[in-house]
Amino acid sequence: MRLTIRGGRVIDPASNTDAVKDVVVEDGKIVELTPGLEGRGQKSKIQNPKSKIIDASGKWVVPGLIDMHTHLREPGHEYKETIKTGTLAAAAGGFTTICCMPNTDPVNDNRSITDYILKMAKEASYARVYPVGAISKGLKGESLAEFGELKEAGAIAVSDDGHPVMNSQLMRRALEYAKRFGLLVISHCEDLYLAGKGVMNEGVIATRLGLRGIPNAVEAGMVARDILLAEFTGGRLHVAHVSTEDSVRYIREAKKRGVPVTAETAPHYFSLTEEAVLDYDTNAKMSPPLRTKKDVAAICEGLRDGTIDVIASDHAPHSSLEKELEFDAAANGIVGLETSLSLSLKLVKDGILDPMSLVAKMSTNPAHILGIPAGVLKPGVSADLTIIDPEIPRTIDIHSFKSKSCNSPFDGWNLQGKSVLTMVEGSIVFEEM
Amino acid sequence: MDFVRKDILSVEELTGEEIELILDTADSMKEISHRDIKKVPTLRGKTIVYFFHEPSTRTKASFEIAAKRLSADTVSISASTSSIVKGETLIDTSKNLEAMNPDVIVIRHQASGAPHMIAKRVRASVINAGDGMHAHPTQALLDMMTVREKKGTLSGLRIAIVGDIAHSRVARSNIIGFTKMGSSVVVSGPPTMIPTGIESMGAKVVYSIEDAAREADVIMMLRIQKERLGDFLFPSDREYANFFGLTHEAVSKARKDALIMHPGPINRGVEIPPEIADGPQSVILDQVENGVAVRMALLYLLIGGSRHASDN
Ligand SMILES: [Zn+2]
Ligand SMILES: [Zn+2]
Repeated sequence: MRLTIRGGRVIDPASNTDAVKDVVVEDGKIVELTPGLEGRGQKSKIQNPKSKIIDASGKWVVPGLIDMHTHLREPGHEYKETIKTGTLAAAAGGFTTICCMPNTDPVNDNRSITDYILKMAKEASYARVYPVGAISKGLKGESLAEFGELKEAGAIAVSDDGHPVMNSQLMRRALEYAKRFGLLVISHCEDLYLAGKGVMNEGVIATRLGLRGIPNAVEAGMVARDILLAEFTGGRLHVAHVSTEDSVRYIREAKKRGVPVTAETAPHYFSLTEEAVLDYDTNAKMSPPLRTKKDVAAICEGLRDGTIDVIASDHAPHSSLEKELEFDAAANGIVGLETSLSLSLKLVKDGILDPMSLVAKMSTNPAHILGIPAGVLKPGVSADLTIIDPEIPRTIDIHSFKSKSCNSPFDGWNLQGKSVLTMVEGSIVFEEM
Repeated sequence: MDFVRKDILSVEELTGEEIELILDTADSMKEISHRDIKKVPTLRGKTIVYFFHEPSTRTKASFEIAAKRLSADTVSISASTSSIVKGETLIDTSKNLEAMNPDVIVIRHQASGAPHMIAKRVRASVINAGDGMHAHPTQALLDMMTVREKKGTLSGLRIAIVGDIAHSRVARSNIIGFTKMGSSVVVSGPPTMIPTGIESMGAKVVYSIEDAAREADVIMMLRIQKERLGDFLFPSDREYANFFGLTHEAVSKARKDALIMHPGPINRGVEIPPEIADGPQSVILDQVENGVAVRMALLYLLIGGSRHASDN
């Protein structure tokens, strides 16, 4: 079966392409990228009745989006999300590849859980799934997980996401030991002692609402520690969900010095401030917490100047059991797979990113950081791609989510742009054209 | 003016006129408490549910007396500690409460925002009797009533609030209430107990109690909670009393007729020495008495139908 995606604006940072082209897909691979001429496309349609044509004029054709930070909840919390529903949500959001964090039950700190995740992902086959293994056994922060075995089983990186590595010795050893296996160490930077019982950003709003605060230093202090350890050990550090101005500054300065550090932020950290918590909305409760306008501006600047390499969703499904509670008692996190792209497209509208850098942050860069053969459109590679309509108006409706959970503070938001077709290895896993 | 609110969740949401109306109504309610027969039939047939998630003898007793003096029926529901930890029972409980068709639900909860959660889900009026560190509107109203009674006004006064401001819903509600009525509020205590951005609520911050008390019309001392020792907020009771407790010297800096207030219960000898708590400037017992009047006023305004207590 031959398929031609005709007349779309192909944006591929890996080959520095931004031009109207036809993308020809055959047997799951991209076979040809040709200048998008009306005549050629029609000709091939006439010549080959077996070929299918997708008209992508006015749309962007980009390498399949990659979300390097999601929580799929399986095994253990299937009532919140399964690998199947999570990958369906990924496909709907334009993602062809996702990485899932190890804080499942049991924890993904060994081969059997990694195997299980990969098996379930293969059965579902809506998106490629790369499991992230644990840094410490059971995410307990006491002893190293078996990185070698995790890597062999298919883990792409290690992280104790959600359970910051408080023990600096353990973090040092993780960064060192991971070098042997080429594993990326993803750090959830949070000083638990300093965070205390905090539930939202420390500041005027927390004080008014009578909620305990989490100061910015909770994150930035650990970012600084991890940067120093990465510099010292040479281990590859990736800072998860950057939310504060200070963190951006430390990472920018570290990169200048040549420290092997990369960083991601999530759409809520450039779309929302702590004000979303007013009225005790538990869908605005996450870790790290939503910060201030000043931090949002710094995150945008970090995205713009390249300090922040990646936009990742930190998709964290929770049911009403965890969210319809008093603010103090509610769980952290929001779903993001199905809103990430639309929120990120706003960065282009607002002139913070050009389309090419946006695609880089949502596909090319994560592929490069993870070292996976994705994030590029060229002949010979697997046909993992996303077609984006950058203009189409969209009202976020949590009830339309493919995800099992709908804990999103963006319900009812009017945005512009979304994915309209998602293709993994030549097969269409989502289409709304 | 008419009082059209469904709930009393915080002082923040009340207008200055509404506060005046509540205090005027409370003044007339106070008269009932001085009668031989301290009971009027105003709320006969109305049901008030107390839903207290946190121990509170005093506030609950005050509400109970207020309700009884207005002839309302009262029911008390308390959740077991284990279900509080589980949390999801708050929604379940509000559904259950709703099914009983109460007219008013009085709630105290250790989580800030819990009364808002319930108020959104029930038809009954909800009165916040204290939520976490957020708000304690009936306390602020009774404090304002007491000050207005003694000073004849709520505007142009200097109110000093001293103690653990960070963890105090009483402090927050009073800062908002007194500034709204045209007074100025200065807060004082160990820097560890002054919350970030409290100035945005209209309070001025000073660290020395003498500076706080200077020219004050009211000195309001807050209860210090000893469990805060574990949060590194202060080193010991002894040091607290020495540097942050009320002293005669501090009182001497205030205006001669300054009122000494405390929401209770008092840690005698820690935040306030006994002779000041029991001294001539202390209005601590007036606060307790006015608490009943304010709560009667609120119940009456929310579900009593007509405007003036004297109508009954
Ligand atoms: Zn995290
Ligand atoms: Zn996460």
